[in-house]
Amino acid sequence: MKILIIGGGMGGTILANNLARRLHEELHSGKARITMLSASERHMYQPGLLYVAVGRMMPDELYRDQRRLLEPGIEFHVDPVAEFNLDQNEVRTEGGKTYAYDVLVIATGSRIFPDAIPGLAENAEFFYTEESAVHMFKRLQEFQGGRVVIAVGVPHKCPMAPLEITFMLHDYFKDRGILDKTQIHYTYPIGRTHSLENVAKWATPEFDRLGISYETLFNMKEVDGKGKVVRSEEGTEAPYDLLISIPAHKGMEVIEKNGLGQSGWIPTDRHRLNMEGRDNVFVLGDTTNLPISKAGSTAHFEADALAENLAALVKIGAPVRDYDGKVFCFIEAGKDRATYAMFTYQNPPSPKPPTKAVHWFKMAYNKLYWASARGLL
Amino acid sequence: MGEEKVKVVDATGSFCPGPLMELIARLKEAAVGDVLELLSSDKGSAADVPEWVNKVGHEMLGSAEKDGVWHIRVRKVK
Repeated sequence: MKILIIGGGMGGTILANNLARRLHEELHSGKARITMLSASERHMYQPGLLYVAVGRMMPDELYRDQRRLLEPGIEFHVDPVAEFNLDQNEVRTEGGKTYAYDVLVIATGSRIFPDAIPGLAENAEFFYTEESAVHMFKRLQEFQGGRVVIAVGVPHKCPMAPLEITFMLHDYFKDRGILDKTQIHYTYPIGRTHSLENVAKWATPEFDRLGISYETLFNMKEVDGKGKVVRSEEGTEAPYDLLISIPAHKGMEVIEKNGLGQSGWIPTDRHRLNMEGRDNVFVLGDTTNLPISKAGSTAHFEADALAENLAALVKIGAPVRDYDGKVFCFIEAGKDRATYAMFTYQNPPSPKPPTKAVHWFKMAYNKLYWASARGLL
Repeated sequence: MGEEKVKVVDATGSFCPGPLMELIARLKEAAVGDVLELLSSDKGSAADVPEWVNKVGHEMLGSAEKDGVWHIRVRKVK
């Protein structure tokens, strides 16, 4: 069975390695074959960008060589896909090669799309790429006080990011001794401070305690860079001296161009993770259109379930389990405290008060991630 | 409304980003005049969604609960 994985990010890599361990004998005998096509020879730990933005991680800590992360026996090529020919069970790459498959897994991820809001790209700081995260840190270093606005696009990747950057900025300004000259103003698209009700119940009194102002039902419409103001779809305005944005995201262009899903999100079965209408095409992580968090942990737990199912498909000809919607997100509550939210399709999260222990576990996970990527954790 | 093509947004089981955030995202992709039907297993949506729809200026077409799932219809106006 030829298994072709498109994308060398968190979902694709965890799947490939997990699967290679389960199919050790089959790979050796030639009964199974795993091939990965990626756009990059490097693997980035994207959650680390949050720390780069506040000067607490260096960019080079976020990367590993993709080939060296993969189990022996996985064929790897840096050659992104240009055409998906699903009716023929093959893809064609930008390099002009054709790869046939029995099972295809699409895990191409997502990208920021600040251009959806006029004026946003030119006037806001982001932390979703290495370049933008470093740029944001340099702006923070120059900042001497004023009004900082956090503005959030929809849909966005990592639903905890708006809260985390807000709390981390608070502690950053406090450490610099300019908190008394700084007003942090948090805005959020829906009618409470976070989409998870129990997280909002925790975050809102934290904002009150820390003197962070907040405005809900605020969906960015445009940014006026000259007037230094963000206007909302709801008709309100937020003046700023420094604008920090979690921009809207889209799926990758190749997904849209091939007509696999609007805005680059592929319609996906929420339990089996197959592309709707296709039994031998599966989708992982940010690439799905599932109504769950676009986050590394989602990709991770989906990849675990899919690895079990694909291995079972090779061994017994049938999948063995459903993905239950499991997501686990750390929530940094400042520079030295954190909590977490864990939930499934059926069970809402119930976050506990932040502790230093959870923060240090998150810091440890930033290193342990490389064991996850190798399919060990 | 019976002849109208309705785009279903199935946000059942969505705690995060949640039904309203899903609706906001899908409305951005939709064309003016499109009707979206949001499915939500969160009873809070029955209040949250109309609040936002009315504030932004889209049109609420109806809301009904069936077997624990709220079906909320919205037309994109602008």
